[in-house]
Amino acid sequence: MPYALNVNGKSYSVDVDGDIPLLWVVRDVIGLTGTKFGCGIAMCGACTVHLSGQAVRSCITPVEDAANFDITTIEALGDAELGARVQKAWLEEEVVQCGYCQSGQIMSAAALLALNSKPTDEDIDSVMAGNICRCGTYPRIRSAIKLASSREG
Amino acid sequence: MNVRLLKVLVLAVASLGVGLATFSLGSSGIADTSQGTPDPARRLKSVSEFQSIADAGTRSRALFVEAAKVITDPRCINCHPMNRQPTQGDSMHPHVPLMNAGGGAGPGIGPDGLMCSACHRAENSPAIPGSRVGSVPGNAHWSLAPVSMGWQKQTLGYICRQLKDPTRNGNRSLTQIHRHTIEDHLVGWAWHPGEGRRPAPGTQEEFSALIGAWIETGAECPS
Repeated sequence: MPYALNVNGKSYSVDVDGDIPLLWVVRDVIGLTGTKFGCGIAMCGACTVHLSGQAVRSCITPVEDAANFDITTIEALGDAELGARVQKAWLEEEVVQCGYCQSGQIMSAAALLALNSKPTDEDIDSVMAGNICRCGTYPRIRSAIKLASSREG
Repeated sequence: MNVRLLKVLVLAVASLGVGLATFSLGSSGIADTSQGTPDPARRLKSVSEFQSIADAGTRSRALFVEAAKVITDPRCINCHPMNRQPTQGDSMHPHVPLMNAGGGAGPGIGPDGLMCSACHRAENSPAIPGSRVGSVPGNAHWSLAPVSMGWQKQTLGYICRQLKDPTRNGNRSLTQIHRHTIEDHLVGWAWHPGEGRRPAPGTQEEFSALIGAWIETGAECPS
Protein backbone atom coordinates (compact mmCIF):
# COMPACT_ATOMS: atom_id res chain seq x y z
CA MET A 1 0.00 0.00 0.00
CA PRO A 2 1.20 3.56 -0.52
CA TYR A 3 2.94 5.30 2.35
CA ALA A 4 3.55 9.05 2.49
CA LEU A 5 7.07 9.71 3.69
CA ASN A 6 8.88 12.94 4.45
CA VAL A 7 12.54 12.33 3.69
CA ASN A 8 15.02 15.17 3.95
CA GLY A 9 12.23 17.71 3.66
CA LYS A 10 10.73 16.21 0.51
CA SER A 11 7.48 14.28 0.25
CA TYR A 12 7.46 10.83 -1.27
CA SER A 13 4.70 8.31 -1.86
CA VAL A 14 6.07 4.79 -1.82
CA ASP A 15 4.00 1.75 -2.68
CA VAL A 16 5.55 -0.99 -0.56
CA ASP A 17 4.56 -3.49 2.10
CA GLY A 18 4.36 -1.92 5.54
CA ASP A 19 6.88 -4.30 7.06
CA ILE A 20 9.61 -3.50 4.53
CA PRO A 21 12.52 -1.98 6.47
CA LEU A 22 12.92 1.74 6.02
CA LEU A 23 16.48 1.10 4.80
CA TRP A 24 15.26 -0.66 1.65
CA VAL A 25 12.84 2.13 0.90
CA VAL A 26 15.41 4.88 1.38
CA ARG A 27 18.05 3.11 -0.73
CA ASP A 28 16.14 1.18 -3.37
CA VAL A 29 12.87 3.06 -3.80
CA ILE A 30 13.88 6.65 -3.14
CA GLY A 31 17.46 6.17 -4.31
CA LEU A 32 19.36 7.71 -1.41
CA THR A 33 22.27 5.33 -1.03
CA GLY A 34 24.31 7.19 1.57
CA THR A 35 22.69 5.09 4.29
CA LYS A 36 24.45 1.73 4.39
CA PHE A 37 23.46 -1.85 5.00
CA GLY A 38 25.85 -3.36 7.52
CA CYS A 39 24.54 -6.29 9.50
CA GLY A 40 20.79 -6.11 8.93
CA ILE A 41 20.08 -6.95 12.57
CA ALA A 42 20.48 -3.59 14.33
CA MET A 43 23.89 -4.52 15.67
CA CYS A 44 26.34 -2.35 13.75
CA GLY A 45 24.68 1.05 13.29
CA ALA A 46 25.68 1.55 9.64
CA CYS A 47 22.04 2.10 8.69
CA THR A 48 21.35 4.85 11.24
CA VAL A 49 18.94 7.59 10.18
CA HIS A 50 16.95 10.12 12.19
CA LEU A 51 13.22 9.98 12.81
CA SER A 52 12.32 13.48 13.95
CA GLY A 53 15.84 13.86 15.29
CA GLN A 54 16.08 10.52 17.07
CA ALA A 55 18.61 8.01 15.81
CA VAL A 56 17.08 4.71 14.72
CA ARG A 57 18.37 1.64 12.93
CA SER A 58 16.59 1.73 9.61
CA CYS A 59 17.37 -1.91 8.81
CA ILE A 60 14.81 -3.09 11.35
CA THR A 61 12.42 -0.14 11.35
CA PRO A 62 9.31 -1.03 9.36
CA VAL A 63 8.44 1.70 6.87
CA GLU A 64 4.96 1.94 8.39
CA ASP A 65 6.58 3.05 11.68
CA ALA A 66 8.42 5.87 9.92
CA ALA A 67 5.49 7.39 8.09
CA ASN A 68 4.61 9.84 10.83
CA PHE A 69 8.10 11.23 11.32
CA ASP A 70 10.45 13.59 9.56
CA ILE A 71 13.12 11.26 8.19
CA THR A 72 16.65 12.60 7.82
CA THR A 73 19.42 10.71 6.10
CA ILE A 74 23.11 11.49 5.72
CA GLU A 75 22.40 13.26 2.42
CA ALA A 76 20.63 16.12 4.20
CA LEU A 77 22.31 16.11 7.59
CA GLY A 78 24.62 18.93 6.54
CA ASP A 79 21.68 21.21 5.75
CA ALA A 80 21.35 21.93 9.46
CA GLU A 81 24.03 23.84 11.37
CA LEU A 82 24.75 20.98 13.75
CA GLY A 83 25.02 18.40 11.00
CA ALA A 84 27.36 20.60 9.01
CA ARG A 85 29.47 21.22 12.10
CA VAL A 86 29.80 17.48 12.74
CA GLN A 87 30.74 16.76 9.13
CA LYS A 88 33.34 19.54 9.13
CA ALA A 89 34.88 18.13 12.30
CA TRP A 90 34.92 14.69 10.70
CA LEU A 91 36.90 16.06 7.77
CA GLU A 92 39.32 18.01 9.93
CA GLU A 93 40.04 15.02 12.14
CA GLU A 94 40.33 12.80 9.05
CA VAL A 95 38.17 10.25 10.80
CA VAL A 96 37.32 8.11 7.82
CA GLN A 97 39.36 5.10 6.78
CA CYS A 98 37.34 2.76 4.55
CA GLY A 99 34.28 4.87 5.22
CA TYR A 100 31.54 2.27 5.03
CA CYS A 101 30.27 2.80 8.56
CA GLN A 102 30.81 6.52 8.67
CA SER A 103 27.41 7.77 7.57
CA GLY A 104 25.93 5.85 10.47
CA GLN A 105 28.65 7.10 12.81
CA ILE A 106 27.97 10.71 11.83
CA MET A 107 24.20 10.30 12.18
CA SER A 108 24.65 8.90 15.70
CA ALA A 109 27.13 11.62 16.63
CA ALA A 110 24.72 14.31 15.46
CA ALA A 111 21.85 12.74 17.41
CA LEU A 112 24.06 12.71 20.50
CA LEU A 113 25.11 16.35 20.17
CA ALA A 114 21.56 17.49 19.48
CA LEU A 115 20.56 16.31 22.94
CA ASN A 116 23.85 16.60 24.77
CA SER A 117 25.95 19.48 23.45
CA LYS A 118 28.88 18.85 25.80
CA PRO A 119 29.21 15.08 26.06
CA THR A 120 31.84 13.51 28.27
CA ASP A 121 34.00 10.62 27.11
CA GLU A 122 31.59 8.33 28.94
CA ASP A 123 28.59 9.90 27.20
CA ILE A 124 30.27 9.43 23.83
CA ASP A 125 31.19 5.82 24.55
CA SER A 126 27.67 5.13 25.78
CA VAL A 127 26.01 6.31 22.59
CA MET A 128 28.61 5.39 20.01
CA ALA A 129 28.88 1.81 21.36
CA GLY A 130 26.06 1.01 18.99
CA ASN A 131 28.11 1.91 15.92
CA ILE A 132 30.78 -0.54 14.88
CA CYS A 133 33.87 0.50 12.88
CA ARG A 134 35.96 -2.37 11.60
CA CYS A 135 38.80 0.02 10.75
CA GLY A 136 38.97 1.02 14.40
CA THR A 137 38.54 4.75 13.93
CA TYR A 138 37.05 5.13 17.38
CA PRO A 139 39.67 7.54 18.80
CA ARG A 140 39.21 9.87 15.83
CA ILE A 141 35.44 9.59 16.09
CA ARG A 142 35.66 10.70 19.70
CA SER A 143 38.00 13.55 18.78
CA ALA A 144 35.68 14.74 16.03
CA ILE A 145 32.67 14.71 18.33
CA LYS A 146 34.62 16.75 20.88
CA LEU A 147 35.77 19.17 18.18
CA ALA A 148 32.21 19.64 16.94
CA SER A 149 31.05 20.10 20.52
CA SER A 150 33.68 22.76 21.16
CA ARG A 151 32.39 24.80 18.25
CA GLU A 152 28.80 24.99 19.42
CA GLY A 153 27.43 28.31 18.19
CA MET B 1 11.59 -16.14 -2.34
CA ASN B 2 10.23 -12.89 -1.11
CA VAL B 3 11.94 -9.65 -2.01
CA ARG B 4 13.00 -8.79 1.50
CA LEU B 5 14.66 -12.15 2.07
CA LEU B 6 16.45 -11.92 -1.26
CA LYS B 7 17.77 -8.47 -0.46
CA VAL B 8 18.95 -9.51 2.95
CA LEU B 9 20.84 -12.45 1.53
CA VAL B 10 22.40 -10.47 -1.31
CA LEU B 11 23.46 -7.57 0.83
CA ALA B 12 24.62 -9.80 3.65
CA VAL B 13 27.09 -11.41 1.26
CA ALA B 14 28.11 -8.04 -0.15
CA SER B 15 28.83 -6.58 3.23
CA LEU B 16 30.72 -9.36 4.91
CA GLY B 17 33.51 -6.93 5.61
CA VAL B 18 31.39 -5.03 8.07
CA GLY B 19 29.49 -8.00 9.36
CA LEU B 20 29.52 -9.46 12.80
CA ALA B 21 33.16 -10.46 12.85
CA THR B 22 33.84 -7.73 15.35
CA PHE B 23 31.43 -9.07 17.94
CA SER B 24 32.42 -11.44 20.69
CA LEU B 25 29.33 -13.49 21.06
CA GLY B 26 30.74 -16.45 22.91
CA SER B 27 30.03 -20.05 22.11
CA SER B 28 26.36 -19.71 22.90
CA GLY B 29 25.97 -16.75 20.54
CA ILE B 30 23.20 -14.30 21.08
CA ALA B 31 20.35 -16.49 19.98
CA ASP B 32 17.59 -17.38 22.35
CA THR B 33 16.01 -20.75 22.73
CA SER B 34 13.56 -21.37 19.94
CA GLN B 35 9.89 -21.45 20.62
CA GLY B 36 8.53 -24.91 20.12
CA THR B 37 6.31 -27.38 21.86
CA PRO B 38 5.64 -26.14 25.40
CA ASP B 39 8.00 -27.77 27.85
CA PRO B 40 6.03 -29.53 30.62
CA ALA B 41 8.81 -28.58 33.02
CA ARG B 42 8.02 -24.93 32.34
CA ARG B 43 4.35 -25.03 33.26
CA LEU B 44 3.07 -23.11 36.24
CA LYS B 45 1.14 -24.90 38.95
CA SER B 46 -2.40 -23.67 39.33
CA VAL B 47 -3.54 -21.99 42.53
CA SER B 48 -5.70 -25.01 43.36
CA GLU B 49 -2.61 -27.19 43.56
CA PHE B 50 -1.58 -25.24 46.68
CA GLN B 51 -4.85 -25.74 48.54
CA SER B 52 -3.48 -28.76 50.35
CA ILE B 53 -1.03 -26.57 52.24
CA ALA B 54 -2.96 -25.89 55.41
CA ASP B 55 -0.91 -23.07 56.85
CA ALA B 56 -1.74 -19.82 55.07
CA GLY B 57 1.73 -18.36 55.49
CA THR B 58 3.41 -21.45 54.14
CA ARG B 59 0.92 -21.54 51.27
CA SER B 60 1.58 -17.87 50.54
CA ARG B 61 5.32 -18.39 50.36
CA ALA B 62 4.84 -21.44 48.12
CA LEU B 63 2.62 -19.42 45.80
CA PHE B 64 5.26 -16.71 45.53
CA VAL B 65 8.01 -19.22 44.80
CA GLU B 66 5.88 -20.60 41.98
CA ALA B 67 5.14 -17.14 40.59
CA ALA B 68 8.83 -16.34 40.81
CA LYS B 69 9.47 -18.83 38.02
CA VAL B 70 8.17 -16.02 35.83
CA ILE B 71 9.78 -13.14 37.70
CA THR B 72 13.22 -14.72 37.44
CA ASP B 73 12.79 -15.91 33.87
CA PRO B 74 15.19 -14.22 31.43
CA ARG B 75 12.24 -12.69 29.56
CA CYS B 76 11.57 -10.60 32.67
CA ILE B 77 14.77 -10.35 34.64
CA ASN B 78 16.99 -9.38 31.70
CA CYS B 79 15.62 -5.86 32.08
CA HIS B 80 15.72 -5.88 35.90
CA PRO B 81 19.50 -5.69 36.49
CA MET B 82 21.07 -4.16 39.58
CA ASN B 83 22.98 -1.70 37.39
CA ARG B 84 21.79 0.14 34.29
CA GLN B 85 22.95 -2.45 31.81
CA PRO B 86 20.40 -4.92 30.48
CA THR B 87 21.27 -8.51 29.72
CA GLN B 88 20.13 -10.62 26.80
CA GLY B 89 19.11 -14.14 25.93
CA ASP B 90 18.57 -17.19 28.08
CA SER B 91 22.27 -17.02 28.98
CA MET B 92 21.73 -13.47 30.27
CA HIS B 93 24.87 -12.18 28.62
CA PRO B 94 25.48 -8.42 28.53
CA HIS B 95 23.34 -6.62 25.98
CA VAL B 96 24.91 -6.32 22.53
CA PRO B 97 25.68 -3.54 21.82
CA LEU B 98 26.70 -2.61 25.33
CA MET B 99 23.88 -0.47 26.63
CA ASN B 100 23.72 1.91 29.55
CA ALA B 101 20.03 2.63 29.76
CA GLY B 102 20.27 5.45 32.28
CA GLY B 103 17.17 6.42 34.15
CA GLY B 104 17.95 5.34 37.68
CA ALA B 105 14.97 6.41 39.76
CA GLY B 106 12.71 5.95 36.74
CA PRO B 107 12.66 3.62 33.77
CA GLY B 108 15.81 3.65 31.64
CA ILE B 109 15.16 4.40 27.99
CA GLY B 110 18.76 4.74 26.84
CA PRO B 111 21.20 7.63 26.66
CA ASP B 112 20.59 10.75 24.60
CA GLY B 113 21.39 9.70 21.06
CA LEU B 114 20.88 5.97 21.52
CA MET B 115 17.49 5.38 23.03
CA CYS B 116 16.18 1.84 23.41
CA SER B 117 13.71 2.68 20.65
CA ALA B 118 16.58 3.04 18.17
CA CYS B 119 16.23 -0.72 17.82
CA HIS B 120 13.28 -1.81 19.97
CA ARG B 121 10.19 -0.60 18.15
CA ALA B 122 6.58 -0.72 19.32
CA GLU B 123 6.21 -4.38 18.34
CA ASN B 124 8.50 -7.37 17.92
CA SER B 125 10.31 -7.21 14.61
CA PRO B 126 9.81 -10.03 12.12
CA ALA B 127 12.31 -12.84 12.21
CA ILE B 128 15.62 -11.99 10.56
CA PRO B 129 16.39 -14.64 7.94
CA GLY B 130 19.63 -16.48 8.49
CA SER B 131 20.42 -14.68 11.74
CA ARG B 132 21.10 -16.20 15.13
CA VAL B 133 19.42 -13.19 16.71
CA GLY B 134 16.00 -14.49 15.73
CA SER B 135 14.22 -11.16 15.96
CA VAL B 136 14.52 -7.85 17.76
CA PRO B 137 11.92 -7.69 20.52
CA GLY B 138 9.70 -4.66 20.82
CA ASN B 139 6.99 -3.06 22.90
CA ALA B 140 5.70 0.49 23.12
CA HIS B 141 6.96 0.72 26.72
CA TRP B 142 10.30 -0.99 26.16
CA SER B 143 12.62 0.22 28.91
CA LEU B 144 14.84 -0.88 31.77
CA ALA B 145 13.26 -1.20 35.19
CA PRO B 146 14.24 1.49 37.72
CA VAL B 147 17.21 0.79 39.97
CA SER B 148 14.91 0.10 42.92
CA MET B 149 13.39 -2.80 41.00
CA GLY B 150 16.68 -4.57 40.29
CA TRP B 151 16.29 -8.34 40.72
CA GLN B 152 19.32 -9.99 39.13
CA LYS B 153 21.36 -12.19 41.50
CA GLN B 154 18.98 -11.41 44.37
CA THR B 155 17.19 -13.96 46.55
CA LEU B 156 13.48 -14.58 46.14
CA GLY B 157 13.04 -13.09 49.60
CA TYR B 158 14.68 -9.86 48.49
CA ILE B 159 12.58 -9.70 45.32
CA CYS B 160 9.41 -10.43 47.27
CA ARG B 161 10.07 -7.69 49.80
CA GLN B 162 10.90 -5.25 47.02
CA LEU B 163 7.62 -5.99 45.28
CA LYS B 164 5.72 -5.21 48.48
CA ASP B 165 7.62 -2.04 49.35
CA PRO B 166 5.91 1.11 47.94
CA THR B 167 9.19 3.00 48.21
CA ARG B 168 10.76 0.51 45.80
CA ASN B 169 7.84 -0.71 43.68
CA GLY B 170 6.69 2.51 42.05
CA ASN B 171 4.41 3.43 44.97
CA ARG B 172 2.00 0.61 44.18
CA SER B 173 -0.37 -1.10 46.57
CA LEU B 174 -0.60 -4.88 46.45
CA THR B 175 -3.87 -4.51 44.55
CA GLN B 176 -2.08 -2.39 42.01
CA ILE B 177 0.74 -4.90 41.82
CA HIS B 178 -1.80 -7.59 41.03
CA ARG B 179 -3.48 -5.41 38.39
CA HIS B 180 -0.05 -4.68 36.94
CA THR B 181 0.50 -8.39 36.34
CA ILE B 182 -2.85 -8.64 34.59
CA GLU B 183 -2.89 -5.51 32.46
CA ASP B 184 0.62 -4.23 31.82
CA HIS B 185 1.64 -4.61 28.18
CA LEU B 186 5.31 -5.03 28.97
CA VAL B 187 4.56 -7.76 31.51
CA GLY B 188 2.41 -9.45 28.87
CA TRP B 189 5.25 -9.30 26.36
CA ALA B 190 7.02 -12.03 28.35
CA TRP B 191 4.60 -14.57 26.85
CA HIS B 192 4.78 -13.07 23.36
CA PRO B 193 8.51 -12.43 23.00
CA GLY B 194 8.85 -12.81 19.25
CA GLU B 195 10.33 -15.44 17.04
CA GLY B 196 13.39 -17.29 18.24
CA ARG B 197 12.81 -16.46 21.87
CA ARG B 198 11.37 -18.72 24.60
CA PRO B 199 8.33 -17.33 26.43
CA ALA B 200 8.12 -17.09 30.21
CA PRO B 201 6.73 -20.18 31.97
CA GLY B 202 3.01 -20.84 31.99
CA THR B 203 0.61 -18.13 30.89
CA GLN B 204 0.05 -14.57 32.01
CA GLU B 205 -3.34 -15.59 33.42
CA GLU B 206 -1.78 -18.34 35.53
CA PHE B 207 0.93 -15.98 36.73
CA SER B 208 -1.60 -13.31 37.67
CA ALA B 209 -3.70 -15.86 39.51
CA LEU B 210 -0.68 -16.96 41.54
CA ILE B 211 0.14 -13.36 42.45
CA GLY B 212 -3.49 -12.74 43.39
CA ALA B 213 -3.55 -15.83 45.59
CA TRP B 214 -0.20 -14.86 47.14
CA ILE B 215 -1.67 -11.49 48.12
CA GLU B 216 -4.89 -13.05 49.46
CA THR B 217 -2.87 -15.36 51.69
CA GLY B 218 -0.97 -12.51 53.27
CA ALA B 219 1.76 -11.83 50.70
CA GLU B 220 4.29 -13.72 52.78
CA CYS B 221 7.87 -13.73 51.58
CA PRO B 222 10.42 -16.54 51.49
CA SER B 223 13.43 -15.94 53.68
